[in-house]
Amino acid sequence: MLIFNNIPALLVAIPLLVSAVVSIISSARIAWILTFSTTLVCLFMAFELIDIVSSKQTLTYAFGGWEPPWGIAFIVDSVNVYLILLVAFISVIATIYAYTMLAREIAAEDLSKAYAVWLLTIASLFGLSMTGDAFNLFVFLEISALSSVTLIALGAGQDRRALIAAYNYLIIGAIGATFYVIGVGYLYAATGTLNLVNIIERLNELGTNQAAITGLAFMLAGIMVKAGIFPVHIWLPAAYSYAPSAVSSFLSAVATKVAIYYFARLLFGIFINITQLIDFFLLYVLMPVSVIAIFYGTIAAIYQTDIKRLFALSSIAQIGYITFAFSLNSHSGISAGFIHIVNHALIKGALFMAVGIFAVGIGKRATMVSLRGVGRQMPITFAGFVIAGLALIGVPLTAGFISKLYLFKAIFETGNVFFVAVIAISSALSVLYLWKIFEVMWLQEPAQPLKIEKEPTVAYISLWLMVITIAIFGIYSHGVSSSGMLAANALVGSR
Amino acid sequence: MSNLQLILAFSLATPLISALAVIFCHNYKSLRDICGPIGGVITFITALVIASAIINGQVVSLTLWQIAPGIEFSFRVTALGALFGLVASGLWILASIYSVGYMRGSNEKNQTRFNFYYAVAIHAAMAISYSGNLMMLFIFYEVLTFSTYPLVTHNQTKTAKDAGRLYMGILVSTSLLLFLPAILWVWVVSGTLEFTRGGIIPIDFPPSLLPFLLAMFAFGIGKAALMPFHRWLPAAMVAPTPVSALLHAVAVVKAGVFSLLTIVVYVFGIDLLFSSGSAFWLVWLAAFTILASSIVAIMKDDLKARLAYSTISQLSYIVLGGALATYAAIEGAALHIVMHAIAKITLFFCAGAIYVNAHVKKISELDGLGTRLPHVFIAFFIASLSIIGIPPLGGSWSKFMLMVGSVDSGMTLILAVLAISSLLNVFYLLEPCARAFFKPAQQEFHVENHILTILPPIITATLCLLLFFAVDWIRLLTNLMVIP
Repeated sequence: MLIFNNIPALLVAIPLLVSAVVSIISSARIAWILTFSTTLVCLFMAFELIDIVSSKQTLTYAFGGWEPPWGIAFIVDSVNVYLILLVAFISVIATIYAYTMLAREIAAEDLSKAYAVWLLTIASLFGLSMTGDAFNLFVFLEISALSSVTLIALGAGQDRRALIAAYNYLIIGAIGATFYVIGVGYLYAATGTLNLVNIIERLNELGTNQAAITGLAFMLAGIMVKAGIFPVHIWLPAAYSYAPSAVSSFLSAVATKVAIYYFARLLFGIFINITQLIDFFLLYVLMPVSVIAIFYGTIAAIYQTDIKRLFALSSIAQIGYITFAFSLNSHSGISAGFIHIVNHALIKGALFMAVGIFAVGIGKRATMVSLRGVGRQMPITFAGFVIAGLALIGVPLTAGFISKLYLFKAIFETGNVFFVAVIAISSALSVLYLWKIFEVMWLQEPAQPLKIEKEPTVAYISLWLMVITIAIFGIYSHGVSSSGMLAANALVGSR
Repeated sequence: MSNLQLILAFSLATPLISALAVIFCHNYKSLRDICGPIGGVITFITALVIASAIINGQVVSLTLWQIAPGIEFSFRVTALGALFGLVASGLWILASIYSVGYMRGSNEKNQTRFNFYYAVAIHAAMAISYSGNLMMLFIFYEVLTFSTYPLVTHNQTKTAKDAGRLYMGILVSTSLLLFLPAILWVWVVSGTLEFTRGGIIPIDFPPSLLPFLLAMFAFGIGKAALMPFHRWLPAAMVAPTPVSALLHAVAVVKAGVFSLLTIVVYVFGIDLLFSSGSAFWLVWLAAFTILASSIVAIMKDDLKARLAYSTISQLSYIVLGGALATYAAIEGAALHIVMHAIAKITLFFCAGAIYVNAHVKKISELDGLGTRLPHVFIAFFIASLSIIGIPPLGGSWSKFMLMVGSVDSGMTLILAVLAISSLLNVFYLLEPCARAFFKPAQQEFHVENHILTILPPIITATLCLLLFFAVDWIRLLTNLMVIP
């Protein structure tokens, strides 16, 4: 059937087109309905993709019938198909969440335009996760950067600092993108192709080539900025903490994850062929940087009093876990990284959602002071928040535990006790900041009696959908863990 | 589902149902307060059925689903688990009756919340005892920690909250830093976490790493209160006495030593541990804990604090038994779980009864109280003798077995440790009774008589006596742990 054959293209095209339509609609409600139905359609298509990939292994979609390496190709295989599903799933839930939350946080006349940009972001994320063309990726990178900057800047209605955060993100993101495109240039000069599959073939023929190596290094550096990998994460805490809560929960859940996926693809798809460099990069760059990120993020979060910023800092640590798993350069390490990509997306999304609901409830920014005693006033949100928080620590029966399980497995295989200590100590440290928040919200008395505004009921649905997914993935992990294994199989073979 | 599976499910669900019933009966006080005892009786009966099935060599297990390869959400009762299940559920009956008397007598607030978490904690203790693998044990170990936090901080004073923080801090951080990594280590090297008699550690596991793995378990299980991770236990004594009695003398701490003993018997395997000598250091650490905490106990004037340090000391007897890893020592350790639980709960019941009925907390203020609360102090006396290990009381058996075990292992110096410890026990446990009966009263006591607080210690003190003669029945279970 025509539609099913063109799913990869449609996943990008539909949100893109609807986005144009939404931008000229003035009614926020209709804009939302259009956005929501688009995300539902995308989710449906993502499920179809899983069907296709599980029977055909790799789906290569050539745009306009121009076969790669001449035309642009989208590639869907077991590495990214679950990522696409994740993006689709989270965008549905985040759109539900946005229904009440965006309306409370930004001006009414901006709403439909916000949804237009929202769809643009979704389209670019799908594009980023599917494209098999190095330059085409740059295009999507720019679309995603510009649209996320707009979304983050919308937080200015609540807090003017959102503007600075958005501006910083714009500049740093642009630097990252420039690095990336320079790298693509070098690589193109060396290999004469932009198609990722073709690049691999050419590199094998070329042998060691300085231009290609330089190009790859630039590309990796550029992607690291987008992925929020320490030490080029500096845009991330401010961007997530001042964006509207719907935006921060959506972006924190999937935006960096897509970049990390592409990072892994570059690393293990292309870079791996240059053996003398990959070992150096993983062992002496990525691994120390990840360990520092884990401790920096966790310890900074302990001393942070602004809750959204706290979770943004914890994201840096969590991204550190993912890159740490990658840096082990083993099959189980890579699958652990992919498993944590999925689980952390759900957990961090849920946490940001809960914090957003709290902030709307008390009508102030969520801080360690303003949230005193909120847990008792908003028990439904608090319960969801606690479950997501426990998952972040990695308590058994939550999705976070499964991540930790496979991460530990990968580490024990290396036989290095130091790494065990890194993960164990950092997860024990993460208990500190979460416990502090739990205690503030449940045990402490508010300075003045809390006036809880009418709670956003629709937002509960999305929060709890996330929380239930976290719980299901925690007690029945087969789906997530096998998707991680399959991704690792596709990247490095089942060694 | 076979009958036994049904009974196992019932045994695990009853405390939870009872917890929910407590919430539904929030407005009907008498109805609410009877939920605990009824739940206790049902759970105890199911635990008895399970224990007899285990003695008859049947397999009692229930597998729900697979969490990850080699990690199942499943229950499978071991001989030690059946024993611990009996202890936890049996004492829950008495403790829940006692807590009604105590909570009413001292007019505590938030009694519904209290009863709810109390029942949830028992559920966790039952689930720990019937766990089929290390992961299940860990999950419910954490449930037990979290469900007892609201009980420790029940009074919501600053001291209570500080104690709660210390409690969570030590228990959660040790379990996350050491216990969980140790479990995952076992999972990675052996591919399973299922409890198996003879152990699951593969033969090719490097012997030089065994002491480290054991250390990760011994310190990671903070509930076993091995020094230097013992501070949470005295701190937790700010909780109302029924909590200290059931949880911090029986369920929580015993869950800790139970876990450690289970790991020794069903993960390492007694033979491996004994032949490799990797628990040698643990023997001496346990011996040190026994003596050091006894000495601290002597210096405590607060009755509950003294009992808390005595608990730390007695827990290390069980750790010692596990670490000696001879058949007699393991049996002695398992027996000590039972004997010490019953004796110590009696002591705590008495301490609470003294507080509720005469409003005295300090040992130095007990002078002359003996004649006013004779039943309480006689019960206290009997339980003290049991802990010291004087026949004909239950505690003498477990101490005897531990001594035999230490001779078996060739570590005769441990005999001296046990003997000195008994002397110290005499010193600090008999002092309260001696003061109460033989010293003249220095103050006027306003003594009330809350019968529900006085009856349970009398019953448990009688049990101390009866268990001396009934020890063969318990050994039907402990024998299964060691005899192949």
